[in-house]
Amino acid sequence: MSVTRLFGASVKRREDPRLITGRGAYTDDIKLPGMLHMAVLRSPYGHARIKAIDTAKAKAHPGVRAVYTGADLLGRMNPIPCAWLIPDSDLKVPAYHALAKDTVRFTGDGVAMVIADDPATARDALDLIDVDYEPLPVVTSQEQAAATGAPQLHDDAPGNLAFHWKFAHGDVDAAFRDAEVVVKHRFVQQRLVPNAMEPRSAVASWNPGAEELLIYNTTQNPHIARFLTAVTTSIPENKIRYIARDVGGGFGSKIPFYPGDALAVFASKDLGLPVKWTEDRRENYVATIHGRDQITEVEMAAKRDGTMTGLRVKALSNMGAYLSTAAPGVPTWLFALIVPGCYTIQNYACDVFGYFTNTTPTDAYRGAGRPEAAFLIERMADLLAAEVKMDPVEIRRKNFIPADAFPYTTAGTLSYDSGNYQAALDKALAMVDYAGLRQKQAELRQQGRYLGIGLSTYVEVCGLAPSAAAGAMGFQGGLWEPATVRVLATGKVVVLTGTNPHGQGEETTFAQMVGDMLGVPVEDVDVVHGDTGAIPMGWGTYGSRTTAVGGTAIYKATVKVIEKAKKLAAHLLEASPDDLEFEQGSFRVKGSPGKAKTIQEIALMANVAWNMPEGMEPGLEESTFHDPTNFTFPFGTHICVVEVDADTGEVKIERYIAVDDVGVVINPMIVDGQVHGGVAQGIGQALYEHAIYDEGGNLITGSMMDYTVPNATQIPTIETARTETPCPHNLTGVKGVGETGTIASTQAVVNAVVDALSPLGISDIEMPLTPERVWRAMRAAQASAAPTGQP
Amino acid sequence: MRQKISVNVNGVPRENEVEPRLLLVQYLRESLNLTGTHIGCDTGQCGACTVLLDGQAVKSCMVLAVQANGAQVRTVESLASGDAYHPVQQAFWDLHGLQCGFCTPGFLMATVSLLQRNPNPTDAEIREQLEGNLCRCTGYQNIVAAVRSAAEKMRAAPAASPTPMPAGAGGE
Repeated sequence: MSVTRLFGASVKRREDPRLITGRGAYTDDIKLPGMLHMAVLRSPYGHARIKAIDTAKAKAHPGVRAVYTGADLLGRMNPIPCAWLIPDSDLKVPAYHALAKDTVRFTGDGVAMVIADDPATARDALDLIDVDYEPLPVVTSQEQAAATGAPQLHDDAPGNLAFHWKFAHGDVDAAFRDAEVVVKHRFVQQRLVPNAMEPRSAVASWNPGAEELLIYNTTQNPHIARFLTAVTTSIPENKIRYIARDVGGGFGSKIPFYPGDALAVFASKDLGLPVKWTEDRRENYVATIHGRDQITEVEMAAKRDGTMTGLRVKALSNMGAYLSTAAPGVPTWLFALIVPGCYTIQNYACDVFGYFTNTTPTDAYRGAGRPEAAFLIERMADLLAAEVKMDPVEIRRKNFIPADAFPYTTAGTLSYDSGNYQAALDKALAMVDYAGLRQKQAELRQQGRYLGIGLSTYVEVCGLAPSAAAGAMGFQGGLWEPATVRVLATGKVVVLTGTNPHGQGEETTFAQMVGDMLGVPVEDVDVVHGDTGAIPMGWGTYGSRTTAVGGTAIYKATVKVIEKAKKLAAHLLEASPDDLEFEQGSFRVKGSPGKAKTIQEIALMANVAWNMPEGMEPGLEESTFHDPTNFTFPFGTHICVVEVDADTGEVKIERYIAVDDVGVVINPMIVDGQVHGGVAQGIGQALYEHAIYDEGGNLITGSMMDYTVPNATQIPTIETARTETPCPHNLTGVKGVGETGTIASTQAVVNAVVDALSPLGISDIEMPLTPERVWRAMRAAQASAAPTGQP
Repeated sequence: MRQKISVNVNGVPRENEVEPRLLLVQYLRESLNLTGTHIGCDTGQCGACTVLLDGQAVKSCMVLAVQANGAQVRTVESLASGDAYHPVQQAFWDLHGLQCGFCTPGFLMATVSLLQRNPNPTDAEIREQLEGNLCRCTGYQNIVAAVRSAAEKMRAAPAASPTPMPAGAGGE
């Protein structure tokens, strides 16, 4: 049998056979005996006082088992916790009750819940609940919320200010005092709805005899959910088992612990029966977190020759009505530290103000803070280039951190471990034929056509860890990962991971890695995730950390398995371990090819333990608890080529090039897929998506009818390529790829559109760049240019 | 008032009494335990619930169970024949046409229907004709590649691409 390296091969996914045959195990697919169904009554007002609730008719409705309001939960359930308490920011965490106590603060805020025999009855009964609301003044934007006299959401958060977080490095004032050029701009990162295709769901089952909770849930991080369930419901952590096997996408929206989860647990415990709650899509739009929603005012100091010298950022972030699980960390730490990007700017200050508004809480959405940062710096690079009349490529080359300067400590105080930004840029320029394209652009301009080329030379920070950094940033948890690698008597392998992939394919990636290391077929390795009853601990899948952190943990555990197996093999072969070599799944005595034991033979002997060396414990299983020493820093260059229709304002993406350096690649097919999907979401933000509230606090883009989730005709073919700079501080060399596409792409598209329209004097258009917005910008530019006779 | 319906689902005749307001997708998932068909939205946009109703792709959240009375319904559970996947399933697997997998059953059924109508679609036709199915993971690129590949294989070996209905795929 020929042996090929699994590590680095496009092995087909092991997840897929169950998913393509309709045999996945998503939470809503779970049915338990006696299971009841929950529905939540949600506020139709953006802001209102609840004067009275009458549940009598609902309770009397046939098939209804129970109706609860906020009053029923008081003293029996703690508020939903916020788990990222950023320090030194005067952070205010108002109580977030799973069902409102006396005031609703966003459309979607929970008011009451019904438990019934079937889902339709539960929903019918919601209509029988009579709530007397007294509407209150509404504020939906952070700029309104910051204004004097704005409606106030929380008594304990004066001025609606959730926090004011500050960061500064270098001598920023001096940089601006000495600046030859200062470029200023205001950017709006519009609010987005994550739209994982699977709505959220929970099936909670309390066993009154055993006093144990089993809960199936759509979570990206079951152990964090277990912890927060314990905090909220006072059920001991060791009496809670979370199962989240197949989760239908998350993109950050399934990190938080939500009121709906807590309510299903409460109802199951109160009634002693399993309770299922599955949100519908409209509920998902208002009651699952939103992303982005940040306004930034940016100033960049520079020299006339294009050298960037200083950066000042003031950011206003819309936190929504309450602080969701990780919300405060997103627009602060995850945004601010990476703002200087690929550049050697050493003077940098950032002030972030988080405001409460009468909107759905915001939290981590794919990229979480880093798309905002990359957008900001890459748009500023283009604006500076225009100001000093340099090519966007040259302004970047001028300011890049040199390839020989790594490790490099940035103005964001991050230690970039490795990088070669020039190489990725060169590769992308060659792929797109940059010089030829500029020539073509000039020719088309003569014909009145608008071709644009947009660059994004990004770097991001991911592989979220180490735990000490988490602590310093106020994250109420760790960011290490455990792993267990267990070789059974038959030689089959079980791998336990605390990460919880939900589409990213690590059941395959991890099996490849372990199969390769142990010399066993990939089919013999089973990766178990998403079950706190089987897996000792874990911090979950987000922040592009699964393979970099969880995978490295598995790597370390596998090395330990091989070390133990080698000692046992030496014992059985009556040789010294030093005389053994391990190759393709066999321990061989060097120089005596006949004397060998396979890993499967060793596994059998370890598991029966008939003949173990002195002092060696039985079994062939090793665990590790891996805490990295640094983040990882993927980078690359994305280039978007667009043509803007002069008559309609429609943006057509002609080409999209993605050159990414995500470190060592275990499965290129999966990595490409992550880039495709990430870029699609970034393009979605640039061109299509926008969550809009009206003055009353109604989400008027509250369904897939009104909010554009891009379809197949709206996303172009993405040409992917890579450079490979291994991560130097982990054993696998992996950096992470889950978020790169989203972080890299949005500004590439916007830079391309602005580049296309630069002959009209257009320097920015607010996202999303819909035909109407682009058309209006073109008309406005032409109107203002017309009187002076400029083209 | 419950109504009696007779539906042939994946080759298995079914008789049930259902509420008139029950959606076909709820009937499949709740009454027949065919949970391969997913519910991704309430408004007919996402296509995760796509099934074949008398051979036509429909969004089963937009059809009442009572409207399927007397009809043939095919769901994702019926695509494979024993160990042999339908060429569309196989192509999605081979070419990484899915990630989280939640939209996948709908895409598979929509693709089966598409290739019945148009055995040799261009990439642009594939994209246009799958407009009614949303995927948030893949950026559609590998879905388009999978559909193209399945079309090639099915054209090359039409006999090997029946639409089998194995016993046992009809739910519980």
